[in-house]
Parts: sequence; structure tokens; C-alpha cells
Amino acid sequence: MPNAINIALIPLLPFAGFLLLGLFGKKYFSKTAGLIGTLLLLISCLLAFQTAYEYFFVYGKVNGVYQQFVPLQFVWLQFSKTLSIDMGLMIDPISVVMLVVVTFVSLMVHIYSLGYMKGEARFPVYYSFLGLFSFSMLGLVLATNIFQIYIFWELVGVSSFLLIGFYYEKPSAVAASKKAFIVTRFADLGFLIGILILSYCSNTLSFAELIQRLTTPGSSELQTAAGYSFMGISALTWGAVLVFIGGAGKSAMFPLHIWLPDAMEGPTPVSALIHAATMVVAGVYLVARLFPVFAITTPEVLEGIGWVGAVSAIFAAIIACTQTDIKRVLAYSTMSQIGYMMFALGVSKYGGEEGLGYTASIFHLFTHAMFKALLFLGAGSVIHYVHSNEMKDMGGLRKYLPITHITFLIACLAIAGVPPLAGFFSKEEILLAAYQHNQAIYYIALITSGITAFYMFRLYFNIFWSKPYHPHGEHHGEGVFAMVLPLVLLAAGALFAGFIPFGTLVSSDGKPLESHFHLSFSIAPVALGLAGIFAALVMYKLKNDKPARVSASLGGLYTAAYHKFYIDELYLLITKKVLFNLVGRPAAWFDRNVVDGLVNFTGNVTLSVSEGIKKMQSGKVQQYGIYVLSTVIVLSVLFIYVW
Amino acid sequence: MEPGLYHILFISAALFFIGVYGFFTRRNLITMLMSTELILNSVNLNFIAFNKYLWPGKMDGLFFTVFVIAIAAAEAAVGIAIIINLYRSHQSIDVASAEDLKY
Repeated sequence: MPNAINIALIPLLPFAGFLLLGLFGKKYFSKTAGLIGTLLLLISCLLAFQTAYEYFFVYGKVNGVYQQFVPLQFVWLQFSKTLSIDMGLMIDPISVVMLVVVTFVSLMVHIYSLGYMKGEARFPVYYSFLGLFSFSMLGLVLATNIFQIYIFWELVGVSSFLLIGFYYEKPSAVAASKKAFIVTRFADLGFLIGILILSYCSNTLSFAELIQRLTTPGSSELQTAAGYSFMGISALTWGAVLVFIGGAGKSAMFPLHIWLPDAMEGPTPVSALIHAATMVVAGVYLVARLFPVFAITTPEVLEGIGWVGAVSAIFAAIIACTQTDIKRVLAYSTMSQIGYMMFALGVSKYGGEEGLGYTASIFHLFTHAMFKALLFLGAGSVIHYVHSNEMKDMGGLRKYLPITHITFLIACLAIAGVPPLAGFFSKEEILLAAYQHNQAIYYIALITSGITAFYMFRLYFNIFWSKPYHPHGEHHGEGVFAMVLPLVLLAAGALFAGFIPFGTLVSSDGKPLESHFHLSFSIAPVALGLAGIFAALVMYKLKNDKPARVSASLGGLYTAAYHKFYIDELYLLITKKVLFNLVGRPAAWFDRNVVDGLVNFTGNVTLSVSEGIKKMQSGKVQQYGIYVLSTVIVLSVLFIYVW
Repeated sequence: MEPGLYHILFISAALFFIGVYGFFTRRNLITMLMSTELILNSVNLNFIAFNKYLWPGKMDGLFFTVFVIAIAAAEAAVGIAIIINLYRSHQSIDVASAEDLKY
């Protein structure tokens, strides 16, 4: 059986680090904060690996099916006899995989930051925020009920906000953190309403019961829920859609993606952790967590999720080809890859061979975390070296940053889907799942994988080849050991993670899934990937005028993609022109004149009345006597002669 | 002629208005205190008179009178204490000097 204390310690250790460094870091740990944070996360990571090993190979499987365990559960808030919010730990295949991903990437980022953030004035604060983030993300992963996931969901949002705005002297960072918070918060509103609908229909908050009640045909909850509808659409569909909107906001799915590229204002290791490997896949995790509900009860919503994912994937890939800020290229690439995970879930069914997409999605989540974190950390090393995010300031860096160069190349090959690296296997499964269930999405995904290879190698050649580099100023090389070690470890992950037989570990119904490997099927995606790489090689290996000519010949399409298809402008138009003028201004007028007016009126009346009677209180005793006497006389006259 | 209720009530009313007049016109706090004593005594006189002429068999009016005298004595003690304190701080027992107590 799972060891509740060990599992509870996985999120609690980073939380302890957050408290310790947040409260006392500035005073006592200004130098050692990094080591403390890293050490706590190392323990947490080892515990996660141990948990994963024991779950998958010792106790997890009963009769050939992976079970769901709840080693710890307690009531947190008791509202009434039947309604309470619980906190607990849930252990099942996807949560264990996520535990490993989150703690491992977080540990890598902790180590990397020892070098990257060295000498920052707010070094302990940075590590306390990282601790808070790790705690919230692990809590999210281990949540046993839908309300617990919502609480931690908001906590990761807060830590993301804090870390994007870490350089709060920079106005752009402040704007980016606000944008990220507001956009995801807006999506979370949908999530909250979705939670209320789903839990109202199923009469429970717990995942296990909710899934069980909403997927058993003919259960009383399902029959009751069928009675509710709104605007011609059933309540359960609304609930599922709204929950997905929450997930889409966090996972930067089109059209709620606008915050992710701007979030690159945060420190680069943070982008690697939060905006590439862990937090942004929370939406995928959420859909996977409620997958039976989506797949069995509301298949039409799942189909919609597939389309949103596919559109996001190709949309982001096209934009990524035109961006010049290397972190923004990676941000759009992240969005594109999360699109892959989403539509992999979208084309999946529940159970058996049909559930391939589910396995593929989690598999891709796992491999993507490895190589995307590696890409971001590599980009961090490059930025650390040249002090710029722009491609035009780079080029020819392969001699100056040899280890970064090799590891970056491995990550690029992995994401491009070149065999036998990690990305190849997971992408292959996704494409296979799409091919079997939705041909249109399959072709979109195929084209996207070609574009992916192209823009990743455009990035690679622009950084490491292109023109010769002329170092200026002091020469500090690749940075300390702490910055090189995570690159090497993650590169090992990107190289070998693909060989894990994922289907036997994670599947939609817990039964092992044999993944069939079709060599003939792989030809098209790999060929397209290699074509993309070749195109990038021709255009960017040496500095020439081909890219300019191509972009000129594409004309309007290039300009539109360069401006991210004007989605930001559209949002600004809607918020500034429509919302501010038509809703904001009247509301402000109403507030100033009617609400405030009423309050001010009360105050003013009191003031003027008291001003008027102030003179009566003169302090002259005899005057008071006159008041008393005259009142008595008046009252006596009244009582005697009138009544 | 035997003095009746009306005679006594007349004296009592006169005493009351002398007291009221004194209370409103004097500036000296001790004189004002004496005026209030006059008012109280006019009330006492009323009690005694009504008790004697309307309910001769009863003692209620007398009791009230005794009470009023006792309370008047206490009130005089408190009043004079206040006046002494006022004199200590203001070197005056003019009623105008008590005006700044309102602040």
C-alpha cells in the first residue's frame, strides 16, 4: 500500500521551504537560500521517484489493472452534514507520472537557478516563490476532489503571477504578470462555474464518486442531470465545456493563449518550469483527470477539445516561425505542443485500444517536459552569455557554448520527432491515435510537425551557426557547474525517455495497453520533419538573403503571423473600445453619482443638521435652564388646554 | 381667616418663580445653587400642602418631602464641591467661567 507520509512529504517539503525562506530568508539565508531550496526539492524528488517505482512495480497493479489509491483523506471545511471540502492525496497512474515530472523539472530548475540567479538582490525571495509553486503544483496533481484541485489551481496561478513579475522594476514584466493573471483568472471563472454545475449534478466533489456517478448509464444522478438544460444545451455539457475553458486558459489554448508569450518576461528558469513543463500542462491534466466524464457522458465536448487543440497547435506553430525573440519562439512552440496533447485527448475514447490518445497525451506531456525544459534552460544559458533575447544578437555560438550547443541540438531533434529521441515516440502515438479517429486532425497535426521541425531548427541555426560571433566585454563561458548539470540530465531524459513502455503504465482505464509500432506509418511524419530541418538548414545555416526573400514573397501572411494574427490587438479592441466604453464608463458613472451620491447625501444631511443645532449647545447653564423651562411650559399648555 | 390650600399654593408658586428668577439672573454659582434650593423647597411645600388638605390620613407627601430634603442636601454637597474645583482652576465662580466645560 502507498506510504501516506512519504507522499504527503512530497508537496510539504517545498512548502516548508517557502515558509522558511519567505519569512526568514532575507535576514538569515541571503546566501544559502538556494542550497536550502534545492536540498528540500531533492528529497521531494527522490520521494517522488520512490513512490513512482513502488506504485508501478510493487503495489499499484491489482489483477492487471492499475488502481486508484487514496492514502490520506481528511475533512478540511465542514459546511453541513453532507457537504464538506476535503483535502487528500490521490495516487493513480497520471498523478504519479506528474509527480515525477514536476519534482524532476523543478529540481533541475532549482539547480540551474543556483548559477543563473546568483547575485540577484531578491535571491531568497526567488527560491521561496519556487517553493510555493512546487507545493501548489504538487498539491494540484495529488488532489482527490474537484474543489481541492481548484484551490491549488489558483495557487499555481498566484505563484506564476509572482514569478512573471519577479523583475517588478520593469514595466513590461508588471504588465505581463497582470495580463497572465487576468486572462487565466477569467478562464478560471468558467472553471468555477463548471465545478459548481458538475458537482451539483453529481452531488459530490470527489473525483472518484463524480466520475462513477456521471458515467454509469441510468444512475439516478445522471437522470436528474438530464432534466436540467440552458439555452437548449444540457447542464452536463455546459459543465464540461466550462471546466475545459478553465483548463484552456491555464494551458494557453487558442483563443486564451495571449498571456503565455508575454509571460516570458519572467526569469528564464521560471519559464522553463512554469510556462513550459508543469503549470501549462495543468489543463491537459485536468481533462485527463475527468477523462471518463468527457469521453462517456459528453463526447461532443471532447470532440470540441480535439479541435481546439489542433487549431492551437498549427496556429502557434505558424507564429513561431516568424518571431525573433528566442523565448517567444519557445513559448509558441510550447503552446503548439500542448495543442498536441489536447487533441490527443480529444481523439481518444475510453478504454482499451481506442484509448490510445489518452496514453499518447500523457506520454507526450512527459517527454515534452524533458525537452522543452531543456530548450528553455539552454536558451537561458545563451541569454546569460549574450545578454539579449533577440536572434540578431546571436549566431556562431557553438564554439563558445559547446555543452549548451549539443544539448540544445538534442532537444531540437527530440521536438522535431527524429527517431529515436523522446519526441518521436510520443508524437508518433499521438499521430496514430489521430489517424485512427479523426483524419482531418491527423493532417493538421502532420503539417504542424513539419512546421515544428522548421522553426526549431530556424532557432537552432540562428543561435549557433548563421554568422560568426564576436565576443565583447568579459568572457565568462557557459557559467558554473550548476548551470551545466541540469542541461546534461535533461538531455539524457530527452534522449531516452521515449523508450519507456508508457502504454503499459498509463492508460485511460488502467489496463496495460500494447502500443503497436508501425514502421510504415512513421515514414510520413519523419520525412516531413526532416524536410523541415532541411529547409531551415538551407535558409539559416549561413547568413543570406533567402529568409528575407521568402518572407517578402509570402507578403500579408508573413506580416500577419509576425503580428501574431492580431489576436492581442483584437483583445485590446474588445476590452478598450467595447468593454471600457460601453460597460466600464456607465458603471463608473453610476458608481460615482448614484452609489457614492447616496452615501454622500446621507453624510451631508447629517452634517448640515448638526451645523444648524450646534449653537444650541453653548455651555451657558442658564440658557439650558431656559430650554428646560420653556419646554415644560409648552408641554403643560399642550397637556392642559389641547388634550 | 384660616389659611386654606390656595394660600399655601400661592406662596409655593411665588417661591418657585423667585427661585427660577434667581437661577436665570444671577451670575454667581453659589447664588444659583441657593435658587435651586428655593425651587426644591417650593415643591416640598406643595407636597406638604396637598398631603394635609387632600389626603389627611396618609403620609406619602411627608415621605416625599423627607426624600427631597435628603437629596437636596446631597446635591448641595456635590454642587459646592464642583464650584470649589471650578474656583481652583479658574479663580472665579462666575457661571460664564463654566462655559468652557463644553469643550
